[in-house]
Amino acid sequence: MLLKLHLESNPQALGLVRAAVERAAELLHFHEVESRAIVRSVDEALANVIRHAYHGKTGCPIEVTCRHLHSTQSGTCVSGIEIVLRDSGVCADPAKMKGRPLEEIRPGGLGLHFMRQSMDEVEFTRKKGKNQLRLVKYLAPAAPAALPEGE
Amino acid sequence: MQIAARAVKDWTILDLSGDIDLAHSPAMRKALLGEIKEKRTPRVFLNLKNVRYIDSSGIASLVEGLKASRDLGSRLILYGMNKSVREVMQLSRLQKIFEIYEDEEHALAS
Repeated sequence: MLLKLHLESNPQALGLVRAAVERAAELLHFHEVESRAIVRSVDEALANVIRHAYHGKTGCPIEVTCRHLHSTQSGTCVSGIEIVLRDSGVCADPAKMKGRPLEEIRPGGLGLHFMRQSMDEVEFTRKKGKNQLRLVKYLAPAAPAALPEGE
Repeated sequence: MQIAARAVKDWTILDLSGDIDLAHSPAMRKALLGEIKEKRTPRVFLNLKNVRYIDSSGIASLVEGLKASRDLGSRLILYGMNKSVREVMQLSRLQKIFEIYEDEEHALAS
């Protein structure tokens, strides 16, 4: 476990969480662009919890955990970051979890789109009366080192 | 986040700094719509040079401002975006919808 945060639903806390998640992504050697994508996804996910699960009410519990994923699949080393958000708010409406077509130029509905574009896995479940959102981003495998000429 | 307003001719430049997120986008929305709808400023420039982060609620406020300016025949012009803000505009596929310039000089000359 890299990080475990117990938060209260409060938009003012978002900046603190962004800073903590950015540091966690840096520790795992994510590239700057990928770090920003991870931070953006967590921020949007938390904002959705505050706005939709808790209807903007402050002081409600949110748990954020951050874990280093490390395994070997088919002989290849797979590494990444897993972030799980849990809240006790109202169950998310699956119909509203689809986002909206980007061709429609109108305010709202972009948060989920940002998450899906930025992360490798976005998984929503409801367990024991709690919403759980799991976000995963894998580290891109390092490019093979170039061999010197003639080898 | 901080917002400061400057007047150039009969236009307004809103200098924004810090993070535009769920906590702060309502203040930006209020300032932006105040210039466009209440003051009927013919050109509103948003200087984003010192904005570190913008989320979907901030983007939603910009879209609202753009729609209001189009309805009233005025212009909303953005400039000074850093990498982070530019990425969000690209993800939203809005970079071709807004008038965006590299810096203040080019924005004012547009």
